[in-house]
Amino acid sequence: MPAEDLPPIRILSTTAILGYGFPESSFAAAMERDPDVIAVDAGSSDPGPYYLGAGVSFTDRTAVKRDLRIMLTAARARGIPVLVGTGGGAGARPHLDWTVDIVREIAREEGLTGRLAVIPSDIGKDSLLAALDTGDLRPLPPGEAACRDDIEASTHIVAQMGEEPLIAALEAGADVVVAGRCYDPAVFAAVPILRGYPRGLSLHMGKILECAAIAALPGSGSDCMMATLDATGFTLETLNPDRICTVTSVAAHTLYEKSDPYHLPGPGGVLDLTETTFEQVDPARVRVSGSRFVPSDGYFVKLEGARQTGFRTVSIAGARAPDFIDQLDEIIAGVRARVQDNFPDMAEGGAQLLFRVYGRDGVMGALEPERDNLPHEVGIVIEAVADSQDRANTICSFARSTMLHFGYPGRMSTAGNLAFPYSPSDFTAGAVYGFSLYHLLRLDDPVAPFPFEMSNLEDPA
Amino acid sequence: MTRITDVTTVIRSKNAGPYELTFDVIFKDRHWYDEALRRDLINRGLIARLYGVLEDDVLSIVAFAPANAIKATIKRPLTSGDVGETDVYGAQQHAPLQTISFDDA
Repeated sequence: MPAEDLPPIRILSTTAILGYGFPESSFAAAMERDPDVIAVDAGSSDPGPYYLGAGVSFTDRTAVKRDLRIMLTAARARGIPVLVGTGGGAGARPHLDWTVDIVREIAREEGLTGRLAVIPSDIGKDSLLAALDTGDLRPLPPGEAACRDDIEASTHIVAQMGEEPLIAALEAGADVVVAGRCYDPAVFAAVPILRGYPRGLSLHMGKILECAAIAALPGSGSDCMMATLDATGFTLETLNPDRICTVTSVAAHTLYEKSDPYHLPGPGGVLDLTETTFEQVDPARVRVSGSRFVPSDGYFVKLEGARQTGFRTVSIAGARAPDFIDQLDEIIAGVRARVQDNFPDMAEGGAQLLFRVYGRDGVMGALEPERDNLPHEVGIVIEAVADSQDRANTICSFARSTMLHFGYPGRMSTAGNLAFPYSPSDFTAGAVYGFSLYHLLRLDDPVAPFPFEMSNLEDPA
Repeated sequence: MTRITDVTTVIRSKNAGPYELTFDVIFKDRHWYDEALRRDLINRGLIARLYGVLEDDVLSIVAFAPANAIKATIKRPLTSGDVGETDVYGAQQHAPLQTISFDDA
């Protein structure tokens, strides 16, 4: 059917991140509007490399289950599809298994049936090493080129799938799709694109829906947003009378977390917004039109990988003495020298000792322009990162005791330099991860690396 | 004296991927957006100076009329989450922008 003849399609985004929640009243209002699809983005690389590297979710299981229960029971009763993108927050196999376990638990408790497609997004190291050799694994400036060690040392590597693998699962009859790492708009755009709606509009709609009511006024990461899409544009509305969509709130969201708001690169091409218009159709709704998808030369997806870089221990303290705060740089240098002198092998295994000074430059670090405006009190975090937890504990503990009793010129308070809010004063933070890959991978086929696994919701785990 | 905080509704920072930090300045109406552009209020030199970075590390300045917004993007001092990170999400790096004044332009 030509797109012009298609009836408007309604897509509900329940919340900015699965587990961030939404008011049941908003969800009920959405159901009255008879949506065709319920979708949610469950992840982000924003919380940092730990969650991908360690294979754990940054969202809470109970909160995710609460959101999913409401979505799944309503969708199965209505016979409309549910799509969950970037399951478990980072989308690697353990995150996906964690999400599927919750889905099956809900299905069992609620007596839900239907076809469940699970789409992993993990990319094998052998194929990436081969891609490195053929030039199909490319840097994403300002990032640098990948090396073999970045690939080999990673604990988890995922690629952001486009809408194509989701469409393949829907065409095979999936009622519920739980996907690994997805390009954020994909779960919202998949059903519309499958049914013939324009790709550019579908993806731009997804780009806005993926953060749900963050694009509303007042914005919220824990409320619903609905879009109604036709052949020439889409209209956005909230489901909560306390929020509205304005041209500014919606257009401003197009800027969010992007460096160039006119050209948004994604799997297989670029979303071109140079001709996009935003129109206030009534006091609470905004219509968006003119967004185009321009296919790129070659189909590229974004890779994300993380590797373990050590173990961390931190100690938290404060200081109020003006003479101490005035000389803090010299005191830190002195403590560092004392630690190195006591443990000459500290530098082995790449151990690092850091002092964070809140009240001075703890938030902005090297970017802080007002470092010299010293406050009357400071918060200090002493941090050690080393190749074993024992070594990190030793360095942190010794630096903390040294700083507590460190003598400096003009010291008045000879009983101790630090105020500790806690006993114990030191906290073992466990494994530390870093991003090892954030690169582009060229694919011959947008679907093949992301094959779905079909089962029934009611199947045992 | 017109301070930027008098004529904007949003001044924010956030990661744009793990290598970049992006700043959004959203003016309260088209008049002040146009005025900021006319005066070249937000430029590479200003961002470099406010954050103590090289102009080469100011990756782009883009005006986005539909939102009355000007956006600046810099290279992050560290890849997000690396040891030494101070703001994993990059959400609290915007404060120096609040000191901008139209009298400086």
